[in-house]
Amino acid sequence: MLDLVWLIPALPLAGFGILVVGGRKLGEPLAGWLATAMMGGSFLATLVVFSGLFAEDDHHRVFTQTLFTWLPVGGLEVGFGFLVDPLSITMALFVTGIGTLIHLYSVGYMHGDPKFSKFFVYLNLFGFSMLMLVLGDNLLITFLGWEGVGACSYFLISFWFSDEANASAGKKAFVTNRIGDWGFMVAMFLMFATVGTLTYTQFFESFEAGEVAAVTATAITLLLFVGACGKSAQLPLFVWLPDAMAGPTPVSALIHAATMVTSGVYLMTRMNPVIASAYDWAPDIIAWVGVLTALFAATIAMAQNDIKKVLAYSTVSQLGYMFLAVGTGAYVAAIFHMVTHAFFKALLFLGSGSVIHGMHGEQDMQKMGGLRKYMPITASTFIVGWLAIAGVPPFAGFWSKDEILLYAFGSGGVQGYALYTLGLVTAVLTAYYMSRQVFLVFFGEERFRDVEHAAEEDEAEAGEHESIEPHESPWTMTMPLVVLAGLAMVGGGLNLAVSDRMKFLEHWLEPVVEVGEATIDVETTTTIGLAVVAVAAAAVGIFYAYRVFIKKRSKAIEPELLAHAWHYDEAVSAFVDKPGRKAFQLTADFDEGIVDGAVNGVGSLVGTVGRQARKLQSGFVRAYAAGIAAGAVLLLAYFLNRVAS
Amino acid sequence: MSIELLVFLIAGAICLGGALGVVVSHNPVHAALSLVATLFGVAVLFVAEDAHFLAAVQVIVYAGAIVVLFLFVIMLLGVDRTERLDEEPIVGQRILAAVVGLAMLALPLVAILSTTDADGNVVATGQVGVLGTPTEAQDFNVAEIGEVLFTDYLFAFEITSVLLVIAVVGAVMLSKRVKGEPLAIDADEISNDDPDPVDEPDDSADDANAEISA
Amino acid sequence: MMLAATTVTPAWYLVLASMLFAIGGVGLLVRRNPLVMFMCVELMLNAVTLTFVTFSRMLDDVGGQVVVVFVLVVAAAEVVVGLGLVVAIIRKKPGATADDLSVLKG
Repeated sequence: MLDLVWLIPALPLAGFGILVVGGRKLGEPLAGWLATAMMGGSFLATLVVFSGLFAEDDHHRVFTQTLFTWLPVGGLEVGFGFLVDPLSITMALFVTGIGTLIHLYSVGYMHGDPKFSKFFVYLNLFGFSMLMLVLGDNLLITFLGWEGVGACSYFLISFWFSDEANASAGKKAFVTNRIGDWGFMVAMFLMFATVGTLTYTQFFESFEAGEVAAVTATAITLLLFVGACGKSAQLPLFVWLPDAMAGPTPVSALIHAATMVTSGVYLMTRMNPVIASAYDWAPDIIAWVGVLTALFAATIAMAQNDIKKVLAYSTVSQLGYMFLAVGTGAYVAAIFHMVTHAFFKALLFLGSGSVIHGMHGEQDMQKMGGLRKYMPITASTFIVGWLAIAGVPPFAGFWSKDEILLYAFGSGGVQGYALYTLGLVTAVLTAYYMSRQVFLVFFGEERFRDVEHAAEEDEAEAGEHESIEPHESPWTMTMPLVVLAGLAMVGGGLNLAVSDRMKFLEHWLEPVVEVGEATIDVETTTTIGLAVVAVAAAAVGIFYAYRVFIKKRSKAIEPELLAHAWHYDEAVSAFVDKPGRKAFQLTADFDEGIVDGAVNGVGSLVGTVGRQARKLQSGFVRAYAAGIAAGAVLLLAYFLNRVAS
Repeated sequence: MSIELLVFLIAGAICLGGALGVVVSHNPVHAALSLVATLFGVAVLFVAEDAHFLAAVQVIVYAGAIVVLFLFVIMLLGVDRTERLDEEPIVGQRILAAVVGLAMLALPLVAILSTTDADGNVVATGQVGVLGTPTEAQDFNVAEIGEVLFTDYLFAFEITSVLLVIAVVGAVMLSKRVKGEPLAIDADEISNDDPDPVDEPDDSADDANAEISA
Repeated sequence: MMLAATTVTPAWYLVLASMLFAIGGVGLLVRRNPLVMFMCVELMLNAVTLTFVTFSRMLDDVGGQVVVVFVLVVAAAEVVVGLGLVVAIIRKKPGATADDLSVLKG
């Protein structure tokens, strides 16, 4: 059963192949059904492999399958193989599961689009890449998937590229990712140079045996973290994620909420033995970057008016939480939050997609309101997602976020308290902006009517009438919403902190993270106290949003600075334009002058030497005769010398 | 003073004098005659070394045929008044020639003198009979050579006859007169400065032709 | 006189031959008239034949003299063909010297 692991990425790859060749012929909706079926099949295969793995003993839950030797080059031997262990199977489960749901959703969402089949080509390719990423047994396969998801992200963000803004967003995503990829690549080079292998099982042995110096481990950790920052949109490389909302909503849900952006967290969790061998300040850096990103993004989300941008910044913020967990050694908490976040964020994105669909393309929240009457299923599922992300028990988000804050608190010292406090503030803000979103969209006055009336007045003379009558979405779109809502409700059950027996996920992941997992020494009363504080934080946030948007008794916190995302993009542009440009010019000049000069110099040297040597060919026979005579004389002298000595 | 020494000194002087004459003469005819002197000197030295047959052949073939051929050509082409010896168009040629010449003289001298033992005999390092089986000395040098030539070196002998035939055929073809070209060249046609490019036809050829055929 | 005691050893012949050779070589390099250049070549060949005959006498091997016969034959053939060439060239371009044949200039 475990042998079937190769099926998991093979099915989406097959779907990709078929659709590339015959997608347009299959047309709508057959192409969509095919892609969904492939993803669904992959999910079934994952379940099979999972059951096979589950049947194994606790500490024997590792299975590798190498299909063929991919790169036998010099001292490096890289096989094309899969590593099945609790971590990778967990990732594969929710990637394929949520992937299938989103494929199904897309069939409805992309209805009528002229490039329908091409969308599914890219989606299946993405599925394949992501599965290679999580199932690979060495860094290079992971990198293959890493690059693949980056490329698919580019394709899908700029899917409607006839609008230049979309194309630019795609390019921005790709370039920013690339900066992160540099970090990944250098880490791989370093790993090969020092340890000599890229295969996880092999180099983990070296690290756990203490054979690798702390300097090397730290360098590799930080370089991989650069890669993770690029892919998982942390400071300073988060800029692409909000712009990526230019892509179709299913893309935002799948790639920029549930799967691709979590690859950074996956990578760091996978490399926990390496992080454990590094200096102590290395994971501290990761934790600080995470929590600062979380806070930063939450502040921006409070002031956004586009329904998807709020969710985008929210994703950045929640990813920050995950890195906070990684940095404090709480790998299980990070994965737990990753899973629950996948559920509720995908739900929220798909819900927003449903809203946009029902509002005929309107994305500005200020032009919505009171939609719960018209889109009941969407509204109720969205509310479930809201409660989950805000951290209201017993929904999933509460359990996972609480775990992270607990570990932050328990990580010790002033730093621990500082991290915890920032995390708590972020939780308040999270509750606030999500509540704001829900109240603006689903409750309150129907502001879209105002727009309609204004339009009516303008167009009464022209005789046209455009009504924005919101409607509920088709079953292909609402069914995934319901499923995800259910998961968001019960997802907490994966790792209930109530008792040790209920911590399924922790036990499940133990063999993978036992090297790096931190143990905290916190009394139960403190744990309960922290949980209460977390709920209180959520309540504060929701209450304040209620006062502002329903009761209209308080002022909204939406300063212009936050609405423009702290002018971060402008700052980066200014930097690259002036000092950056000078540096680039310098590099270009160096390349032209010295590098090209050296190469051309060799050529011109040859030419000059040739021109001078040419003068020997004077055409005069007597000169040649003189040359022959001189040569003969020299030979004679040489032989005489040899004989004499 | 032995006869051999006297003969050697005189013949040697003639050789060297002739050689210098060849190199230094302005007039090619003088050079040819100096060459004859050298050849005769060498022939005398051959006799002194008991190579009688060779001496005879040297005089007959070299001095008698080859130099005469030279003179024929000189007369035919009228190249008796060319070449200025005082100028040298190629840079460094004379210096190089001087150096090379000195080396060509000095190096063999070194070789010879370093291998000469106290008696003045050169210690020859070559094997006896390297070119064939050693023969018994005969009274007649001619018979000696003949015996070896027609047994050990027969193949080479036959090949040289082929070579001679080829040479003759080649010479005939090379000096075949293209229609319109002069048979001989008059002295006034010779120019010492700026010779014409090779391909330009000679306009005054017809007059010369008419003269000759008449 | 001291001269009476000296004998002419083969070394002397060899020295003379190398002098002839050197003179011929210098002449070949310095003269421009093709016919005189040819004569210098003949000088060099003669020096060589003299050497061969000397060694033949030294080593008691008549093979050296046979070589001289061949040298003679080949020299004759060479002169024939060479002079034919000279005739052909000078017919085309009266007054040509060795320096005028520089078409192969690189």
